Amino acid sequence: MTTFRPTPLRLLRPRTQARRGWVPLLASLDWGLAATSAALSGIGLLLVWSATRTDPSSTLLQRQAVSVGLGFVLMWLVSRCDLRILRAYVPVLYLLALAGLVAVLTPLGRTVNGSHAWIVLGSGLQFQPSEFAKVALVLALAMALGELRDGERRPGPGAVFLALGLAALPMGLIMLQPDLGTTLVFAAVVAGMVVVSGAPKRWLAGLTAAAGLVLLVVWRLHLIRPYQLQRLMVLTDPDADPLGVGYNATQARIAIGSGGMLGKGLFQGEQTAGHFVPEQHTDFIFTVAGEELGFLGAACVILLMTVVLWRGLRIAARSASPYGTVLAGGVVCWLAFQTFVNVGMTVGILPITGLPLPFVSYGGSATISTLTAVGLLEAVHRTRSRTPLG
Amino acid sequence: MRSGAHGGRLVVLYVVVTSLMLTLLGRLWYLQVTTGPAYARAATESRVRTVPLPSVRGQILDVHGHPLVANQTMPQVSVDYMALIHQPDGGRAVLTRLAEALRKPYQEIADRARLCSREVPRPCWPGSPYQPITVADDVDPRTVVRIAERQAEFPGVSTALRPVRTYPLHKAGAHLLGYLQPPSPSDRSGGPDLVGRDGLEAEYDTELAGRTGLREVAVDSTGKVTGLLREEAPHPGDTLVTSIDARIQELSERALAKAVTNARKRGEPADSGAAVVLEAATGRVTALASYPSYDPAVWSGGISQRDFEALPLVSNAVLGQWAPGSTWKVTSTAAAADAGYKLRASYDCPGSYKVGGRSFRNFDGIALGRMNMHRALVVSCDTIFYRFAERMWKHDGGLKPVRHPADPMQSMARKFGFGNRTGIDLPNESPGRVPDRAWKKANWERTRADSCRRAKTGYPDVADRKRAAYLKALAAENCQNGGVWWAGDAANFAIGQGDVLVTPLQLARAYAALANGGTVFSPRVAKALVRPDGSVVRTVTPPVTGRVDVSRRTLRYIRDALADVPREGTAAAAFKGFPFKRLAVAGKTGTAEAYGRQDTSWFASFAPAKKPRYVVVVVVSQGGTGASTAAPAARDIWEGIYDLHGKAHHKHAKKHGKKTTAGKHRHGHSRKAPRDASHNASHRASFEPARVGDAR
Repeated sequence: MTTFRPTPLRLLRPRTQARRGWVPLLASLDWGLAATSAALSGIGLLLVWSATRTDPSSTLLQRQAVSVGLGFVLMWLVSRCDLRILRAYVPVLYLLALAGLVAVLTPLGRTVNGSHAWIVLGSGLQFQPSEFAKVALVLALAMALGELRDGERRPGPGAVFLALGLAALPMGLIMLQPDLGTTLVFAAVVAGMVVVSGAPKRWLAGLTAAAGLVLLVVWRLHLIRPYQLQRLMVLTDPDADPLGVGYNATQARIAIGSGGMLGKGLFQGEQTAGHFVPEQHTDFIFTVAGEELGFLGAACVILLMTVVLWRGLRIAARSASPYGTVLAGGVVCWLAFQTFVNVGMTVGILPITGLPLPFVSYGGSATISTLTAVGLLEAVHRTRSRTPLG
Repeated sequence: MRSGAHGGRLVVLYVVVTSLMLTLLGRLWYLQVTTGPAYARAATESRVRTVPLPSVRGQILDVHGHPLVANQTMPQVSVDYMALIHQPDGGRAVLTRLAEALRKPYQEIADRARLCSREVPRPCWPGSPYQPITVADDVDPRTVVRIAERQAEFPGVSTALRPVRTYPLHKAGAHLLGYLQPPSPSDRSGGPDLVGRDGLEAEYDTELAGRTGLREVAVDSTGKVTGLLREEAPHPGDTLVTSIDARIQELSERALAKAVTNARKRGEPADSGAAVVLEAATGRVTALASYPSYDPAVWSGGISQRDFEALPLVSNAVLGQWAPGSTWKVTSTAAAADAGYKLRASYDCPGSYKVGGRSFRNFDGIALGRMNMHRALVVSCDTIFYRFAERMWKHDGGLKPVRHPADPMQSMARKFGFGNRTGIDLPNESPGRVPDRAWKKANWERTRADSCRRAKTGYPDVADRKRAAYLKALAAENCQNGGVWWAGDAANFAIGQGDVLVTPLQLARAYAALANGGTVFSPRVAKALVRPDGSVVRTVTPPVTGRVDVSRRTLRYIRDALADVPREGTAAAAFKGFPFKRLAVAGKTGTAEAYGRQDTSWFASFAPAKKPRYVVVVVVSQGGTGASTAAPAARDIWEGIYDLHGKAHHKHAKKHGKKTTAGKHRHGHSRKAPRDASHNASHRASFEPARVGDAR
């Protein structure tokens, strides 16, 4: 494994590692987290394979495999990092993310599925800056909320305002794409991190009120686009327009529902084979799990996800520093919210927003940033105090 | 950092995360386990498309195997709805090009290609979006080929040959054959096949239609077929063989139309009519004509609502009903004989006869002296029947009827099958009417309120003052005594006037009963249903519905009397020069009066008189006397059936050789005239009418 470590990144070599060798190296990882992440990624690969199996010319499986590989390399590297060194690069990462989001809005950007969220680098190579911005945001907010001045037990107003400001910039840029789903992920991450940071309750109340006010303004000023509103309406009655907006929702529910308890078997799903659910390899990958693996398989995916989130929270709780706690809390909020929204929309309890299912959905940027986030959790894990929580 | 704020807040996050995931699990359980089976069905429905395969409808053949209704294939252009909506512009460009190619307005094509719903009015497609939607069905083959060749320009457009009903006889038999219409949602299978709406097409719809096949295909989300799951081949419909003789059907319609034309030349309104030809011994229908008629080809191309409403769809032969006039005397004579009156006795035929204080006149008010019943039928004396009717009426108690009146005339009429539907294998038949005391009372109770009101208010809406006054007086009478069966009612009944109503078919089957010795049939048009492979599914025989229990001698007596009607009686003028030696036609004229309308002209006949083979009944509404309008038409029909104008025809043929050759080819029947049986009784075969199949 050591030979695997590339020399140019020697700077990032963790300094807390007292001794070289396999045992401490392995012991320093949260194996539960790493294993569940790997399991979810593996399931994701199988499902992408199944979702694209009817198209022999499809290279999506191979591309996803490369993404997963790259993701795990990055996860490994990030988990080796010293948080304090990483901390030094946060402003750079944050600015890079902002630059990416701005670049999307320039002619460099490309529209896919109504969202102007992509940057194309040559043939077939494209990435989604908003996915990487999630990583940058978590890091930046952790910096703002997790570095308490001496004697402080909780972040002051300045820190909270800084955090809000740091979040508002990318959120605004993403809203311009427009990508409501990712914006909401950002909002959830901000809210979750402010809560975890221990900000005063009246602040939380004030922020909640402010969020409500913003929603009201958005609603009254018709800042939501008609199609977004329509998606909300269709949620209450998907059959109102089965071939239009409600088509996805209806077909997703049919695919999942028809899986039953045990599913039709991997690669056996007829709805999947017929491509009845649009985007079944990306945002609607969960329908493949539902149809082919049944309730048992789909519940397994959710339980694995729950394990990831619990491990993340455990890491947050055991972190030696507030920075680590807030950072881990942010990652958990991100993954939890995104999972809930994604699965929620496929099973018909949430409106349709273009969010991938972490680890499982096809998508290079999303896969790599998710695995990088797991790397962050692992990095926090290594700073844990030896005494158990309590 | 375990202590303080973070620890507590992380617990909140634990709870939130766990409850979110539990929510998902709960919903998943509901979707997959609780309602899973329903979704599994929905999945099958969305994945499997059932495409109905139209079956070929059976032909309708005449008695010699000539088609009355056949099938022909016509090119047709359809579009695939699912393919259209998946095009970027929703198929607009394709439909525009298609409309141009078909030289039709874009809107017409686009309207036909849209799906019907509560918001979308017709024209639109009422069927499944997965069935090819027919947007044009009167396309010339060259256009079809052009569209088929340029598939790249017309994605989602298909061309196919579609069977269309054709009618080799054109206008002849339109009412008899019926027509087809697209199925309404409540019909049979809701499949693609048209449904019979009238005539034989409706009556034998199930048999003619066969069974629609189906093809279950697996489709993907774009509606593209990915595989065949199951196919059930369509079963072609059975062929309906009828007893109709196409030649006789055609000549009957021609004779009827000619009678109507001639009557109009004489100034009669002659608004409608019918002709019926039955086989006397079997009750089979040989021809059933109705005037006015229409060309059934109008159904092939689709028809507008306005044209549809203007079509004369009523089949007068089974649905039309009129008072029978003197043709009715056959049952009255039988009733008199049954009641004990000697047919050969001598009865006085005065010019008029007083019944119940009112004078009932002979047809022309002329006294004809003493005569037997034979003569009474030949000259159509009315007064003798008035007397019979009055006596019978008195015997039943007159104005104070006995508890169970014998009503010999009515019961005899019913035995001949009047007052009941014949039960012929055609839809929409009238029952006719045999009025009696009970009917009159019931009718009075039904109309009393209206009569009494009219008795007071009069008829200010009637322009003719004399007529208005008459109507008012009638209303006053009806208000007071409308329920009483007067002696005059009985007298009218005896000669087929007043409230008696019969359909041409009822009269024909009554004459068939007279001719065949008393058997009353429920006539049938169908003879057999035959599978495409030639095996017989079932044969149809006219059921016997009753017997006229009158002695054979009485029936023969009446038949003999009727045999003299065309020779020397009321129809003598119409049958002047008729070769009675070759074919002895027996018949009875009828002239039924109708207030405010011209007389209904009837002629009911059978031949040959000694051993009747056919019954021919002709009626022309408002056609004048039976002798002037209906009898000549019946003569034409008899001459046509037995080819009696053969000699004249041959002379004619030499002049117009081409025309006759064409006619000969069409009918293919022998022009050899049959000889009269009375001259050569042993040659029964030669006595048969000319038959299409006998061509050599």
